[in-house]
Amino acid sequence: MIGYLIRRLLYSIPILVGVCFLTFVLFYMTASPGEIARRNLSAKNPTAQQIKDWEHQHGYDKPKWKQFLDTTEGLFLLRLGRSDSVKGERVMTRIKESWFPSFEIAVLSFGAAITINLSLALVVAYFRGTYLDIYGTSLCVFMMSVTYLVYIIGGQFVFGRLLKLTPVAGFLPGWESLRFAFLPVVVAVISGMGASVRQFRTFMLDEMNQDYVRTARAKGVSEPQVLFKHVLKNAAIPVLTTSVQAIPGLFLGSILLESFFNIPGLGNYLVDAINSQDFAVVRAMVFIGALVTIVGYILTDISYALVDKRVRLE
Amino acid sequence: MNPPLLQVNGLKTYFNTPAGLSKAVDGVSFSLQPGETMAIVGESGSGKSITALSIMQLVPEPAGYIESGTISFDGQDLLDLTWEQMRSIRGRQISMIFQEPMTSLNPVFTIGYQIREAMLTHDKFKGESATSRARSLLERVGMPSPNKVLRQYPHELSGGMRQRVMIAIALANEPRLLLADEPTTALDVTIQAQILTLLRDLQRDTGMSMLLITHDLGIVSQVADKVAVMYAGQIVEQSPTNTLLSNPLHPYTQGLIASLPSRSRRGQELYTLEGVVPPPTRWPAGCRFHDRCSKRLQICDSQMPLATKYDDTRSVSCHLYPAQEMAGNQERLK
Repeated sequence: MIGYLIRRLLYSIPILVGVCFLTFVLFYMTASPGEIARRNLSAKNPTAQQIKDWEHQHGYDKPKWKQFLDTTEGLFLLRLGRSDSVKGERVMTRIKESWFPSFEIAVLSFGAAITINLSLALVVAYFRGTYLDIYGTSLCVFMMSVTYLVYIIGGQFVFGRLLKLTPVAGFLPGWESLRFAFLPVVVAVISGMGASVRQFRTFMLDEMNQDYVRTARAKGVSEPQVLFKHVLKNAAIPVLTTSVQAIPGLFLGSILLESFFNIPGLGNYLVDAINSQDFAVVRAMVFIGALVTIVGYILTDISYALVDKRVRLE
Repeated sequence: MNPPLLQVNGLKTYFNTPAGLSKAVDGVSFSLQPGETMAIVGESGSGKSITALSIMQLVPEPAGYIESGTISFDGQDLLDLTWEQMRSIRGRQISMIFQEPMTSLNPVFTIGYQIREAMLTHDKFKGESATSRARSLLERVGMPSPNKVLRQYPHELSGGMRQRVMIAIALANEPRLLLADEPTTALDVTIQAQILTLLRDLQRDTGMSMLLITHDLGIVSQVADKVAVMYAGQIVEQSPTNTLLSNPLHPYTQGLIASLPSRSRRGQELYTLEGVVPPPTRWPAGCRFHDRCSKRLQICDSQMPLATKYDDTRSVSCHLYPAQEMAGNQERLK
């Protein structure tokens, strides 16, 4: 187990270097330091000298390979550096400020989604083949087919405008944040519901057709026990895998959700940085995104081994 | 004679399939005395497994259903019972073991849990006594180091060992009837013999009745007191085991026995029954065996033969043995 973890972490080093390299190359293919300097310098028509000074100040005048090595080394040591923007604030400071709104919404929607979707999937699986199942599954397909934007705008319109139950957008710290988080969480849960319920239902039905279910019935085990004990524990394995994989995405925040609800989270930070070609920030956020994804996959494998005794991490 | 423990009468179990109505079991009748072992023999698709599942009322729903018939167990028709009443009989009065030991145990629970569950479900043994009984059951079915096995998961055991665990689960509540649906088909030949011997010994020790479903006539002679031969959803011949093997009546049984390899026919080519069992959605008219039969008569493709008593212990469904001729036979025997 420990050996497995060490090996996985070692494997992740070349992946992270690759991510840094791709980000670096893509950045130079689409922008040049001069353009960023022009955008960020306050003077309307900066002189060549001003641009040169800016490039020197931000380290863009060094040879490209040196730039790559320096920035990558910094990222690996989690020295994320300063933003390329005028204010030049520390990236780490912004992350410390912005992680909580993303995290709050992520945890709430993750918890709510898995509880609700799993319960609904159990219900439709229990009533498999009845009208409830047929209409439920059809509704799922319909919900899957509607785009995310409809849920966001529709939610803002119905809850924020018509019913005035929640703020349309924005965020406040502290307990007040729950009021603002409510609508984004509802939208996140509902938009993912169709696909998840359908998928979980398939996991359940796959398990219900297994031979061990017939054995349990032959033992005289009651139907609820068959479903909630025998089937659910086996179906938990694929449910867990698909769910844990979603954690990194949740941590970075849904970019779309945060920009539409104007939530000062990490997703919003990344979008702003991309729009203003703030390479220092994009670089750092992409790196962290990759790091969280890798950790998420390792967690998936560990949770797999915990639920399914047939899986051994070696 | 004692009243039979199990009496199946005119059982019909049908399935709605995309290809049409499948009459998997079509009018099966037999009875089983307490402590008796009966084998149901037949090719794949003859309906023998569905017969056993019908007794348990575990026919895959909603496609499958019991159309008509009675299944009287200890004087009570199981088909009259509610699901809840039936549940209290399953695993307690009637147990079943299956063909697929590799997949029949739940992979995420320990062996100990799965054996105890069978007892706790029926409140017959509780707590510590269930655990110690689980241990002694594992010992009884010949598991080495039962204490270790109790904590193990199914994937840590071989197929033969898993089938022993299945047998331990089936015996947990001292059932009066054990349905064994091809219990040795998926196992190695050496393991097959061990499991069969185990089943036979257990049956003798506990005095339970056993219904053994198999396609292997070799197994039958070792274990069963009597045999029912199934073909195309019907029983074509019933007979005590020894009589059936030495003097089969129905041409299908004769064919089955002739296709067994034996010492007396060493060096000769093995007999084969031509053709296959027809699909259960389209049973042939008349005798269902007529197009594979070497002794076919004129009447065979139009009229279905009825099960008729051949003598005190045997019955057969074949036009070669019409009722009155049998009476003549009886005369001549006298």
